[in-house]
Amino acid sequence: MARAVTTQRKTINTIIAWTIGLLIFFPILWIIILSFKAEGDAIKTPIAVLTSGWTLENYGVVQERSDYAKHFFNSVILALGSTILGLIIAVPAAWSMAFVPSKRTKDILLWMLSTKMLPAVGVLYPMYLIFIELGLLDTRIGLVVVLMLINLPIIVWMLYTYFREIPGEILEASRMDGASLREEILYVLTPMAIPGMASTVLLNVILAWNEAFWTLNLTAAKAAPLTAFIASYSSPEGLFYAKLSAASTMAIAPILIMGWFSQKQLVRGLTFGAVK
Amino acid sequence: MGRIQLKQVKKSFGEVTVIPPLDLEINDGEFVVFVGPSGCGKSTLLRLIAGLEDVSGGVIEIDGSDATSIPPAKRGLAMVFQSYALYPHMTVRKNIAFPLRMAKISTEEQEKRISNAAEVLNLTPYLDRRPGQLSGGQRQRVAIGRAIVREPAAFLFDEPLSNLDAALRVGMRLEISELHKRLKTTMIYVTHDQVEAMTMADKIVVLQAGVIEQVGSPLELYHTPRNLFVAGFIGSPKMNLIGGAEAEKHNAHTIGVRPEHIEVSDHEGPWRGTVGVSEHLGSDTFFHINGTGLADALTVRASGEVGLNRGDTIFLTPQADKIHRFDQQGLRIG
Repeated sequence: MARAVTTQRKTINTIIAWTIGLLIFFPILWIIILSFKAEGDAIKTPIAVLTSGWTLENYGVVQERSDYAKHFFNSVILALGSTILGLIIAVPAAWSMAFVPSKRTKDILLWMLSTKMLPAVGVLYPMYLIFIELGLLDTRIGLVVVLMLINLPIIVWMLYTYFREIPGEILEASRMDGASLREEILYVLTPMAIPGMASTVLLNVILAWNEAFWTLNLTAAKAAPLTAFIASYSSPEGLFYAKLSAASTMAIAPILIMGWFSQKQLVRGLTFGAVK
Repeated sequence: MGRIQLKQVKKSFGEVTVIPPLDLEINDGEFVVFVGPSGCGKSTLLRLIAGLEDVSGGVIEIDGSDATSIPPAKRGLAMVFQSYALYPHMTVRKNIAFPLRMAKISTEEQEKRISNAAEVLNLTPYLDRRPGQLSGGQRQRVAIGRAIVREPAAFLFDEPLSNLDAALRVGMRLEISELHKRLKTTMIYVTHDQVEAMTMADKIVVLQAGVIEQVGSPLELYHTPRNLFVAGFIGSPKMNLIGGAEAEKHNAHTIGVRPEHIEVSDHEGPWRGTVGVSEHLGSDTFFHINGTGLADALTVRASGEVGLNRGDTIFLTPQADKIHRFDQQGLRIG
């Protein structure tokens, strides 16, 4: 039986939900507001910030001082590259774990997840040395591989839970209908798995786009993505809040817009398996 | 053609033997029903025939040739699943066409067969819908349509009606029987519902714990159950089983009398008891009789409405020629 929800209760819940939502979004909103303020106004008290005049100056300066397009391009390459490479490895892995599990499947999945519990900085030194040895420092290919490895456990887990939801009887039906393994995968499994794969891709692109630890430590100029672009405004010359905010806004705008348009797909992918 | 033979077929999952070595012969055109309680191995047996499970030993022959290691796609059998297992992303037309597409049959021929099947199964108005937009009964028909278009050597049904409501189930039962009469193709049908088994089968295979208890026509099983398990399983309500002194009078360890073979009287009869719960179906009334001293409760079937109330004393007379006798091992005597 559905629980009866009174109007009063509904109102309270709505207020609480909106408050939490706004609290989470507030820092981003503040960054966007600051980016349109003059440098002098940006460090004033919040009230003074809101009442001061608006300007586009920061964006001009940021664009002049550093090459947004280059960093943007690097971010796109890293996010898409690591996602595609991750899928190539994770799809067959998740496939076999979901449809032909062995006694050790659960252990392998947990072991994969456990690598996410290791603080990244713990392996920075060896990774850095490996990168120097292999000549991968400040290269896109090197970072694509690292970002892929970092997110691989999540991709495998998501795909695994998604594949598991596909009823085995449908696959068996296709076998009875005369489909070969290739035809079964092509005509039956893939179309049914596409929504799940789409959510996985979206989430992974977002994670890779926002990854800052490795991208900051393993790049200098050539392969630096937007995270490095932002970081370059918080350094030696002192703090320039307005310019830093403008750089941040430019860096998060693409992913924010993408996230906004794909939120339905994203939420469905993330809650899949938990909610039927 | 669809003659299927199982020779010493065995199945175990790890250490657990689900089906000990078993022999079975299914003739061309026969409607065979595997029936038994849940977990008796009937679905596993069907999946072994389909090739969806590998046998742990023995040989499966289809039309005289060894099919044991042939993959399901190449066995020429069609299967209807309990969950229907339709392809959710395809329209009804594409669902039905799928096996034909896999068999590389020409588009023209595909169209012909699809419209034939759709007509037979009353699916023509729904061909462009997706499974999600259909009712349970319609989905079931699509699943059957997908099976018949490829003209298989045999149909395998895995509890196909158990997700339907009672009224629809009776209707589909008739449709499937009808289909069998028309196509004359071998059908193997798995169910736990003995009424389905009795009404549809040419031959019933009663299974318990992977072992075939008896194979025979519905009436053979009803009139001459080979052992206590079959006696208790076939027939509704269940046969009354009576042991002790009453059975010894008939030189048996246990005797069985079906509820419909006991006559009811309010003044005379060898067995005496009191009326407990009665179930009124309109056409029949089932009385549960307590305190007879023979078994916990005896079930008696009376035709129509009989004026007996809870607590009334009642006298029962079993029909002498309808008493089944079983020995110590539970096997039929005579």
